[in-house]
Amino acid sequence: MLSIKDLQVAFKTRKGEVNAVRGVSFELARGERLGIVGESGSGKSVTSYALMRILDAGGRIKAGDAVYSGIDLRNASESAMKDLRGREISMIFQNPRAALNPIRKVGHQIEDVLRRHARASRQDARDKAIAALEAVRINDAAARYEAYPFELSGGMCQRVVCAIALACDPKLLIMDEPTTGLDITTQKAVMDLVDDLVKARGMSSILITHDLGLASEYCDRIVVMKDGQIVEQGDPKALFTRPQHPYTRKLVDATPRRGATIRALLPAEERRPELPHAVKDTPILEVKDLVKTYQGKSGPVHAVKGVSFTIHEGQSVGLVGESGCGKSTTSSMLVRLLDPSSGQILYRGTDLATIPSDGFARHPLRPKIQMVFQDATDSLNPRHSARQSIAEPLLRMTPLRGALLAARVEELARLTGLPAHLLDRFPHQLSGGQKARVGIARAIAPDPDFLILDEPTAALDVSIQAVVLNLLADLRATLGMSYLFVSHDLNVVRLLCDHVIVMKSGEIIEAGPAEDVMDAPSHPYTRALLAAAPQAPAA
Amino acid sequence: MTETSLTPDALVMAAPAEEAPVRAAAKPRAAMLGHVLYVLRENPVTGLAFAMFAFFVGSALFGVWLVPYDPLATDATATLQPPSAQHWFGTDNLGRDVFSRVIVATRLDLMISVAAVAMSFVIGSVLGAVAGYRGGLIDVATSRVLDTIMAFPLFVLAMGIVAALGNTVANIIYATAIINIPFYARLVRAEVNIRRDAGFTLAAKLAGNSDARVLAFHIFPNALPPMMVQVSLNLGWAILNAAGLSFIGLGVRPPTPEWGIMVAEGANYIVSGEWWLALFPGLWLMLAVFTFNLMGDGLRDIVDPRQRT
Repeated sequence: MLSIKDLQVAFKTRKGEVNAVRGVSFELARGERLGIVGESGSGKSVTSYALMRILDAGGRIKAGDAVYSGIDLRNASESAMKDLRGREISMIFQNPRAALNPIRKVGHQIEDVLRRHARASRQDARDKAIAALEAVRINDAAARYEAYPFELSGGMCQRVVCAIALACDPKLLIMDEPTTGLDITTQKAVMDLVDDLVKARGMSSILITHDLGLASEYCDRIVVMKDGQIVEQGDPKALFTRPQHPYTRKLVDATPRRGATIRALLPAEERRPELPHAVKDTPILEVKDLVKTYQGKSGPVHAVKGVSFTIHEGQSVGLVGESGCGKSTTSSMLVRLLDPSSGQILYRGTDLATIPSDGFARHPLRPKIQMVFQDATDSLNPRHSARQSIAEPLLRMTPLRGALLAARVEELARLTGLPAHLLDRFPHQLSGGQKARVGIARAIAPDPDFLILDEPTAALDVSIQAVVLNLLADLRATLGMSYLFVSHDLNVVRLLCDHVIVMKSGEIIEAGPAEDVMDAPSHPYTRALLAAAPQAPAA
Repeated sequence: MTETSLTPDALVMAAPAEEAPVRAAAKPRAAMLGHVLYVLRENPVTGLAFAMFAFFVGSALFGVWLVPYDPLATDATATLQPPSAQHWFGTDNLGRDVFSRVIVATRLDLMISVAAVAMSFVIGSVLGAVAGYRGGLIDVATSRVLDTIMAFPLFVLAMGIVAALGNTVANIIYATAIINIPFYARLVRAEVNIRRDAGFTLAAKLAGNSDARVLAFHIFPNALPPMMVQVSLNLGWAILNAAGLSFIGLGVRPPTPEWGIMVAEGANYIVSGEWWLALFPGLWLMLAVFTFNLMGDGLRDIVDPRQRT
């Protein structure tokens, strides 16, 4: 049905022409579900944009053929493409909120597509739009028809995007990272829904993702891309059990999975024995009945409803939950950026909750409790070089100056595996993994003994995630720090943590040693979380 | 060289540099120069604007010693001469050399506009930054006061201030500064507000920075690129404003050479055919405003670290 031969796409940039896609060929049969897997910059999204002819300015198809049911997509006129988009080929984009027009009711946005392709008249558009919403299993579709995107949750928005994409019964559905940014249970619900619809309507689909596990669960065939080229393709199970290309093997290794140790994520030749970290009996942090209540417009909002837990010296504790469960609020209070409404935070016996967060920057305990932020790009000052970012906490909280300071910064760079020549670069000149290293170096600079890791790998590719997780494990062993690892991904938490706390709606619903919680969860919600995580086929 | 002579820019570039004794002094300076040259090469219009700016700054600094005639000296034998090799821009009704007066006037006009813009930059930045960072009552109070200023027709407000405070150069500066404060405050408020909860702001707090330091050294410098455009446009408006005040007889008084007065005095002679009296100071005024407007984009590219590669 779709046949691509030797597709090449190039972009004009300040440094000359960049070839984003370099000779990609694949075929897609009717009813087939194809997965395109690759890390950022592999050209997987650009390939699909080229098919739809929606490349950014400066991008063009340099060579190759793309034929869809006898139509030459490369040379088709723009009006022919307009007819094709939405009616024959539909696309679901990464960020559902950005894909919806914020000031139009979602029902009207579905009508737009229907009327554009003459699938509905003025009289019956409303009924057809509501039917489209019902098709994506939105409850009370008639009421949701009147909703604006901001009134809907992320998962609900993605369902609306699906409804728009499927409204005109396309034959091919292209999904570009459709569940990035969604909670893991929502991801499962959305993917199951789309998969059912695709199968029921006999459509073909292309799923573009960085997550090999997700692709293997929802695709019949997987294409692995790297640097604009296809390195391997085949059946998901075969790819997982017998990867042929070294890059595929690296990706398979780096995907967190049940039964794997943290070292097993690295390529075989880089695996060194894991350093042991000692967990002592003395508690470093005791949290007692911590409460945070915000004053909302419609009454008080209980973000955290009295949580208590203890972290021992040298221990790594995972704090798991979906968005809105209060895990970020809890970590903000522990790191003293936010004042709790009530409760105690005992750090080695000192109650930090009594020290207002406004003045904590000058407190002698400030260097002891540090944090690694979720988004390395957002958490580095764009005007500061890596060196300045790492030196900042040292300048404020230690007497180090001049040559001693420079030496310490370089030592930190070495500890975190950041090449010294990158120290004078600005954040926008560094890759995601390098920025993550700068963020970690900055956090460990003042020699903390308690580190909060707020989804430090959420924005990273899996192979970089593997490296960063191992770096964190090494640092814990060499520097003897305790971690609170905040994450939504149980598979990642299992790799790094001794103890796991599961939060839901501001309360702790389950806590215990990592193996117990993972292998024999007692709470149904924990079980649902574990079941929702895409599982790679066992090797 | 040219970009260091501009006061606000030089000020802000110096501040973060002092903050970082870690980095070797010579290296970033060379990188900065390379970056400036790159921006100028990429965009020839910026290069032209900087060249014209250099000319105006040169006129302001050294004009007094370079002009062929004393701008105040009258010559009863050579009144209302048209432009010639001797008097490039002709002479006025008292026989004063128009070219010398136009060049010498540059200093006063630039001084008024730079001083006024620097004042509104500093005051507006402080007000806007505090309002944007603190939010709440402070924000509401500040914003409403600024809205009140903006509710007046700005030139009329400036006239009122000069008329009330007295007819001096200092008061022109104050008046021009006051009417421009809201533009800076609003811009800074918006830029600070979106960065108040950014990751790097939280990280700066964890690094032991007090709120004041976070605001001054981490958030504010990131608001500079759009501010530079504002500064540059504003310099042009400030010159026009000062000249406008002089034109209607407020502020600078004759016989001091100043573009606005010269245009005002020359306007009387246009009907009788002595066009050069009003044309040349007017042309210089126009060129100055033009230069500052063109410079905005180039300045933004220079202070934005993301443009560096």
